[in-house]
Amino acid sequence: MDVKEIIKDENLVYKKTSLMTSNVLSYCPGCGHGTAHRIIMETLDEMGLQSQTIGVAPVGCSVLAYDFMNIDMIQAAHGRAPAVATGVKRTRPDKFVFTYQGDGDLAAIGTAETIHACNRGENITIVFINNGIYGMTGGQMAPTTLEGMKTATSPYGRNLRSMGNPLKITELIAQLPGTYYVSRQAVHTPSAVRKAKKAIRLAFEIQKENKGLSFVEIVSNCNSGWKLPPVKANQWMVDNMFPFYPLGDIKVDGQLVNAQ
Amino acid sequence: MGELKLMKGNEAIAEAAIRAGVDAYFGYPITPQSEVLEYLMQEQPEERTGMVVLQAESELAAINMVYGAASTGKKVMTTSSSPGISLYQEGISYIAGAELPCVIANVVRGGPGLGTIQPSQADYFQATKGGGHGDYKLYVLAPASVQEMADFVEDGFNIAYKYRNPVMILTDGMIGQMMEKVELKDQKPRWTDEEIKKMSDSWATIGKGNHRERNIITSLDLDSAKQEKHNHHLQKKYRQMEEEDVRFEEINCDDADYLIVAYGSSSRIAMKTLNLARAKGIRVGLFRPITLYPFPMKALNKYIGQVKGILSVEMSAGQLIEDIMLAVECKINVQHFGRYGGMIHSPDEVLQALETLINGGNNGR
Ligand SMILES: Cc1ncc(C[n+]2csc(CCOP(=O)(O)OP(=O)(O)O)c2C)c(N)n1
Ligand code: SF4
Repeated sequence: MDVKEIIKDENLVYKKTSLMTSNVLSYCPGCGHGTAHRIIMETLDEMGLQSQTIGVAPVGCSVLAYDFMNIDMIQAAHGRAPAVATGVKRTRPDKFVFTYQGDGDLAAIGTAETIHACNRGENITIVFINNGIYGMTGGQMAPTTLEGMKTATSPYGRNLRSMGNPLKITELIAQLPGTYYVSRQAVHTPSAVRKAKKAIRLAFEIQKENKGLSFVEIVSNCNSGWKLPPVKANQWMVDNMFPFYPLGDIKVDGQLVNAQ
Repeated sequence: MGELKLMKGNEAIAEAAIRAGVDAYFGYPITPQSEVLEYLMQEQPEERTGMVVLQAESELAAINMVYGAASTGKKVMTTSSSPGISLYQEGISYIAGAELPCVIANVVRGGPGLGTIQPSQADYFQATKGGGHGDYKLYVLAPASVQEMADFVEDGFNIAYKYRNPVMILTDGMIGQMMEKVELKDQKPRWTDEEIKKMSDSWATIGKGNHRERNIITSLDLDSAKQEKHNHHLQKKYRQMEEEDVRFEEINCDDADYLIVAYGSSSRIAMKTLNLARAKGIRVGLFRPITLYPFPMKALNKYIGQVKGILSVEMSAGQLIEDIMLAVECKINVQHFGRYGGMIHSPDEVLQALETLINGGNNGR
């Protein structure tokens, strides 16, 4: 059979959303950033929100997210995305506003902005990409770097006594009354992608209903920073990241899941 | 027309913001300007005009809230004082780089460090030479009265939107805290979302419709050739400001043998010195820059050949004097006088310094 006979509308099973531009992704092959971008854009497309959404991407590997996300976007300073998003949402309460932040951004330099935006219950969505490392600057230790993990600034492995403990910021912000929905997901397998997308969808639905801050962490890989080929990086993530950062909902409908 | 009131400078700037139809104010308490946020919270502008007022968790957050709100074409304002303005600098640099309009007031206090809470003019360099990283300029207005504190809010926004550039109102604890009569303008309606769309749809992030490409607010360009081009564009705006929007005031300068150059609080004190000196028969004039950037270079330059000396009076160790020397190409004897660290010079002290200069002495530093 000729390929031309296969490429027909009725045989179409998957199509790139028009909310992703056609620019070639600048992420390392195998990096989770691209998939995370795609599910957010697909969700906005499905909800018909392109014309009403403003994204905020701060410094980090995803600083150029605006090259790929076909919506109005603001590039923010390192750590300040939740404050920028607050400025947008407070003056444009009818718009949908989300931030897309790395772990260094959200849980180190921007911890104060993260906690206070969550605590005020800003009606925004925070998408948090936790890859346990500073990707953009070449693989230095992040607040989420695991114990013993080797990075450019912890070449002998993270020493908890001198370098502090990996920070479970997501559990921390889930304690705040301003957060309404808090979930931790991943995008390394088709089923994980589907679940993550559901969580993103729920996050924007909550924003639509003005219920408070919705927060979706995506535990992701950084093959370049971890110095592992993509498949091995994903396996390392499953073996090491997931036990410390377990996937699943942490807070639903304003209530902690499994709260004692 | 307007309404006459007796107000503090800090209250006047807050009330003027409401009346100018400002959409949002973000701030963090710091003396000597906490009255701005307190006044706004008391007035509940959300009820009066729909203006948003939010106390941020820090100055870092406040300036980035300004950045976010300004990105959507809204009229946004913030105020702080010296240590807080230092924390603003990264954000201001981003705002300048991304070409966003906004108005920022610095009610200066004595420094460096935590310094004092008393008035000072020692943030002149920070305000006029950029302040944060990169090649950029703020348009800087220096009010000398509570009236100008109020008036410069609207003037500031006019410039901010003309150039899509941050504007700074550089004032100090004296003007911020003192009470004077002020004529407040009538309430202006806030811009509607439709009006903003008409004005700013070409750049503001207000939602990508089918009629246009996505808008991006950014100061990043990894391609240095493009970044240089962007810088050229910024520099062109600054040159245009220097051509079109310089402001200054000249008092008794026509027949002057000597000039005092001073702005803001110091110009008020110098005004008294001027009267004392004239009573003694000294022909001195007061030249008051109203815009500190763009500095009135040409206006001062024309005094070359006319005046024999200039006394730069500033509550600092001598910052304004550098612009004056540039303006007069060092062809006039320019000396600095000023108390600092929160101390305020008296008219008599300024007069003494002027007489030292006239008598061929040196005020030193
Ligand atoms: C004020 C400031 N400090 C430091 C940097 C340098 N910097 C850029 S990205 C980055 C780390 C980003 O790591 P993360 O947020 O985890 O995102 P990732 O790159 O891993 O996606 C740092 C430290 C900066 N741009 N600005
Ligand atoms: S450095 Fe890491 S986070 Fe950045 S694009 Fe590469 S793999 Fe992804």
